Amino acid sequence: MSKYVIIGNSTAAAGCIEGIRSVDNSGEITVVSGENHFVYSRPLISYYLEEKTDLQRMKYRPDDFYEKNKCNVLYGVKAEKIDKEKSEVYLDNGEKLSYEKLMIATGSSPFVPPFKGLDTVENKFSFMTIDDALAIEKTVDENSKVLIVGAGLIGLKCAEGLLEKVGKISVCDLADRVLSSIFDDECAKIMQNHLEEKGIEFLLGDSAEEFNGNTAKMMSGKDVEFDVLILAVGVRSNIAIAKEIGIDTNRAILVDNAMKTSLENIYSAGDCTEYVDFSSNSKKVMAILPNAYLQGNTAGKNMAGESAVFDNAIPMNSIGFFGLHAMSAGSYFDEKDGGKCYIEKGERHIKKLFVKDGVLSGFIIIGDVSKAGIYTNLIRNKTELSEIDFETIKKSPTLFAFSKENRGKMLGGVV
Amino acid sequence: MKRVFVNEKWCLGCHLCEYNCAFANSGLDNMAKALKDKKIYPRIRIEGDENINYAVSCRHCTDPMCVKSCITGALSINDGVITINQEKCVGCLTCILVCPYGCISQNENSVAQKCELCLKNSSGEPACVKGCPNNAIVYEER
Ligand SMILES: Cc1cc2nc3c(=O)[nH]c(=O)nc-3n(C[C@H](O)[C@H](O)[C@H](O)COP(=O)(O)OP(=O)(O)OC[C@H]3O[C@@H](n4cnc5c(N)ncnc54)[C@H](O)[C@@H]3O)c2cc1C
Repeated sequence: MSKYVIIGNSTAAAGCIEGIRSVDNSGEITVVSGENHFVYSRPLISYYLEEKTDLQRMKYRPDDFYEKNKCNVLYGVKAEKIDKEKSEVYLDNGEKLSYEKLMIATGSSPFVPPFKGLDTVENKFSFMTIDDALAIEKTVDENSKVLIVGAGLIGLKCAEGLLEKVGKISVCDLADRVLSSIFDDECAKIMQNHLEEKGIEFLLGDSAEEFNGNTAKMMSGKDVEFDVLILAVGVRSNIAIAKEIGIDTNRAILVDNAMKTSLENIYSAGDCTEYVDFSSNSKKVMAILPNAYLQGNTAGKNMAGESAVFDNAIPMNSIGFFGLHAMSAGSYFDEKDGGKCYIEKGERHIKKLFVKDGVLSGFIIIGDVSKAGIYTNLIRNKTELSEIDFETIKKSPTLFAFSKENRGKMLGGVV
Repeated sequence: MKRVFVNEKWCLGCHLCEYNCAFANSGLDNMAKALKDKKIYPRIRIEGDENINYAVSCRHCTDPMCVKSCITGALSINDGVITINQEKCVGCLTCILVCPYGCISQNENSVAQKCELCLKNSSGEPACVKGCPNNAIVYEER
């Protein structure tokens, strides 16, 4: 009987469990869960603060998930070291586990820069886990002044989650635009305006330099008073455990399209990995939940002896703030990268489609996001735009742009 | 498993399927009360132009991107049917970002909705198929 050990118990781990069990129903699966929680949806922590969900509904899988999949879960236990020669994992509770196939699904941790005076701040938090959300919930009240350092996805989701609960929210970021990893200037401005209208204050192109109790000294020279500090500067992949045994890493653990690491019998998936972005053909950390699942699932199948690949991963995001939705996918190759950008603008709506080498390489849409998956699929399939009616589809995503024959396959058969 | 298939040769583009879908999923027993003067949120949509029309609804894919990508675990496969737990869904719309067919939409409460073959509502079988005047939508095994 095969022995599987999974380090981490989040999305990539769940994908791995389901992947293994789709092939091998009897092997022994042990999950080392650093967090003392049933697998939950990490992105929902802001919705929890917003009271749009609760701890029960945040569970990523039904209550009988581990039982049904015959998994032994070690809650609140961390893997400390891997012995690759003996194929063993040492745990922080003094025990060890032996494995035949090992999955490293350790995700990422908040990156906290060494701010001067940070130790003088009483109420400071990261925003990555349920425990962070619960602690923040306990600390804030309707008069709290919250300073969020970082106007990326995590910082702004936190701002959205907290807005109704607190007195004031200020968000600062060294970058001069919000959501700089997914938006260009123009799109970022639309979202920033929307967030400002809802009452969030921004200090962009500026960041905290030093803290003194409840005051942040900004680089611009400004002082910002706060009661609660949220640090959402960025995340770093958890790779130490892999790196120290010689697994190939860059910014994260390098995996191939079967999710194998450079060492035999050791796989990795999710936010702790770096792998090929199909839309730009370059290796990246694409720290998003769908990819964590798809990688984990692929790894699981391979660990159980199948040969599965996940070879069309792309960065993509669907994110909404206070009812305004935004979607992005792929790579934004515009004129300066040898691509071409088709733009459509309206009131509270913008769509940019990036075309390079005859295929759609990426898009950003804010506002009407309906059917955007049709665009995503063009990127994933590298569909030759000359084979479809691009004039039609660029205005609105529709299957009408495909040939009658292809449409017949999509709608008249099992896919 | 039986699925909904369309035959674009027969589709008249009359949109009746959209109304029957919205009614079947309204939970009401009177069509006028359910639909009259209201914005409808059907889970099947007619696409096309003046000449060609066809209806699009969930393909119930065998390897569904929506289920694999759902950030909450609200989407799942039950006996081949892709279903959504709208209590769990928070309306992040990741499913809309990944569905290759454009078959998932937002309902009136801003969470995701999709065709569940009318297996959960009082119609019991796809209302779009039952009401199609030209047999352009069928429910069968292929
Ligand atoms: C606020 C927020 C909002 C987000 N919103 C979105 C969104 O809208 N869409 C989207 O696609 N993505 C979103 N993400 C990103 C998404 O949550 C991640 O991509 C996803 O959780 C990655 O899953 P993972 O399994 O790789 O790792 P993680 O979820 O990071 O989990 C790794 C787990 O491994 C555990 N671990 C680490 N080291 C050890 C060890 N040595 N031993 C035992 N356990 C260990 C950790 O404690 C952790 O529980 C969001 C993230 C945050 C924080």
